[in-house]
Amino acid sequence: MNIAALTANLHVILPEMVLAAFALLVILADMLRQDEEESRLLPLLTLAGILAAMAATAWIWNRPVASYQEGAIADGFALGARTVILVAAGLATLLSMGYLPRINRQMGEYYALVLLATLGMTMMASATDLIVLFLALEIFSLALYILSGYYRKNPRSTEASMKYFLLGAFASSFFVYGAALLYGAAGTTQLREIGNLLASDHGNPNLLWPGIALLLVGFGFKVSLVPFHMWTPDVYQGAPTPVTAFMSAGTKTAAFAAFVRVLMEALPAQQIQWGWALAVLAVLTMTVGNLTALRQLSLKRMLAYSSVANAGYILVALVPGTAQGSKAALFYLLTYAFMNVGALAVVITLEKIDELDALQNRAAGLADRWPLLALAMSIFMLSLSGIPPLAGFFGKFFVFQAAVEGGWTWLAVVGVLNSAISAYYYLRVMVAMYFHEAEEPVQPRRWGGLSLSLALTALATVIIGLYPSLWTGFLSGLGG
Amino acid sequence: MAIDYLPLLILIILAMGFAAIAMGLPAVLGPKLPNKQKYEPYESGIIPFADARRRFPVQYYLVAMLFVVFDIEVIFLYPWAVILNRLGLFALVEMAIFLLILLVGYVYCWKRGALDWGGQVRPGDDVVESQVVESQVEEE
Amino acid sequence: MTWSMLFFVLVGAVSLAAAAGVVLSRQPVHSALFLLTNFATLAVLYVTLEAQFLAAAQVIIYAGGIVILILFVIMLIGGETNDFVARQRSWTRGVALGLGILLLASLSYSVFQGFNQPPADVTAIQGGIPEAVGQALFTQYLLPFELASILLLVALLGALVLGRHGTVAHTGSQPASPPPSSDD
Repeated sequence: MNIAALTANLHVILPEMVLAAFALLVILADMLRQDEEESRLLPLLTLAGILAAMAATAWIWNRPVASYQEGAIADGFALGARTVILVAAGLATLLSMGYLPRINRQMGEYYALVLLATLGMTMMASATDLIVLFLALEIFSLALYILSGYYRKNPRSTEASMKYFLLGAFASSFFVYGAALLYGAAGTTQLREIGNLLASDHGNPNLLWPGIALLLVGFGFKVSLVPFHMWTPDVYQGAPTPVTAFMSAGTKTAAFAAFVRVLMEALPAQQIQWGWALAVLAVLTMTVGNLTALRQLSLKRMLAYSSVANAGYILVALVPGTAQGSKAALFYLLTYAFMNVGALAVVITLEKIDELDALQNRAAGLADRWPLLALAMSIFMLSLSGIPPLAGFFGKFFVFQAAVEGGWTWLAVVGVLNSAISAYYYLRVMVAMYFHEAEEPVQPRRWGGLSLSLALTALATVIIGLYPSLWTGFLSGLGG
Repeated sequence: MAIDYLPLLILIILAMGFAAIAMGLPAVLGPKLPNKQKYEPYESGIIPFADARRRFPVQYYLVAMLFVVFDIEVIFLYPWAVILNRLGLFALVEMAIFLLILLVGYVYCWKRGALDWGGQVRPGDDVVESQVVESQVEEE
Repeated sequence: MTWSMLFFVLVGAVSLAAAAGVVLSRQPVHSALFLLTNFATLAVLYVTLEAQFLAAAQVIIYAGGIVILILFVIMLIGGETNDFVARQRSWTRGVALGLGILLLASLSYSVFQGFNQPPADVTAIQGGIPEAVGQALFTQYLLPFELASILLLVALLGALVLGRHGTVAHTGSQPASPPPSSDD
């Protein structure tokens, strides 16, 4: 193999290279800075890195679909997922600006880890080889274990980090065992080649099924499907809230993008079998997630169970194994990134100093004193419960449409029923904001980045809902 | 094949035999005059000052972590050194990038005092806030 | 054939016994030493499979590095024995055992069934010699190789966050824990 072959299509991993370079820059800048004041530049440097990676992604979008060494691909789906992840990372950085100094002054490590976690996520979303997939998974998982324990003086944060790490390491071992069995079944780690070999009966089916099952467990953990969701509420609640926002949108997008790719490229011939397995998991995930969310008093726990339920909706789109389904899933992830990060940004404003969470009664009477904040929260809650004409409605609409057209009408019906249940706990927050008296006067916390990300997420949620045609164009522009 | 490992087997047998003789002969032939000092843990002649089962400073963990990271780097360097002649400049660049990334991390750890054993305060250390937390704990 | 089979069974038995020792031992330090034995026997098995490079990596990284790290962590936490075993609800142990046996049985069934099939066309590295590993690693698997350095960087930063001194998090956040020793 000559050098030309090794560097061909290197532009496919350009966003990752940019992110790595900026992570190193953040480390160097933190090392060279003279005093505390200069550490304010670190989040700006991080934002610059994320924007540069977005620009790189946009630049690749205008080039023909290419693949780097069969390890990473830059097709429409991978680029779309990358964009969603970068958006989530950028918003999380904005949220961290005023949040971080209060909990931990180790800025350099924090922002470097955010950039590296983003790198792992975008890499995972574009990986077409099981080895690359696993390494990317480990990069962002490891970074998130650390980030979720970043409020080191708070035992809940440490607990979140520990739980996430132990269960995550366990799930990673399931994933890697499944990948090994899949390799044993097909004799290659490249997803497309695995698909070709398995379709032509060259594979070893006895290793194939346990391989698929174990991979399913690994992915199920990362996107928090029931019954692999046990870590989600504790980690979402205990992690610093900007990290929760980043994790909920970023991890879900990366893991679902890789999940879709494994299913569609390596295992399309087995759709009949995994379709049913996914359908059962989707019903369980939606129902358990929503029913448990009904009982939560803490806003972050409520959003954690809501994120479990949302993983269930997205899974519905994957069940038929159609290209339409994968596009619907990606669109859902885009809307979810905006509305969920936005909702968590509101939680940040309501948090007491030195606490990681806000109870629902902190939102009581918010509309009287802070009408704009209450309006933003209402937008997120309405969108999450899928009420038109907001972004969340079209996310759900495309997902259920994909299920119906794939021949899974009953699954779509279960999804719609679940949406109706979920409206109860989302609207309860609004009732508290508009109709309840404040028990104690809440002075919302604010800083520039927080207000900016609130405005951006609220606007995006509304605009995607008002002009879905803009985004269906985005959908049709995606490759397989 | 398997016969290539015969020297290894001989070495293992020799090593085990030496250990058996070195421990067995004194046990059979040596005079036995037990006293308190002889039952204390032997650490290069330094007198033990506390029980070994206690918490050690966290720096040990950092050093071990650094060791593991560079251990992995060494294992990558080995096949690289073997193959370097065939791949030439390109392999050099690949390894340079790999090493650079780790080097930045290493220098950062160093600058942040991961290798310092003293109680120096560095920019970014949470000394002030930690005192606040401790006093809160006492109040509880 | 029979000799190599006998050798495999012997080494495999030691490996399994050591693995059981890791889980069953009450003393964390003993667990670590059992783990060392387990890693060493695995290296021997790699050699019998003609994967010499993997065997060397196993000894240098796992037996040499990871076990050291585990011993250091045990020192860090303190060497008390019984506190390591968390109290469990009575039924969880039974359920976990049952599910574990079920997983083991179904996995071993499919793997054994897999042996009856003709092997897939594995284009693995011919002989685990360093040249072949290097050739594959620095050409075909260039991207995973560079990703590995990123992963190691994340590990370094993570260790720095967890082990940074000046932050007195473990004394502040866990009032219930025993007071740290004087030079902590």
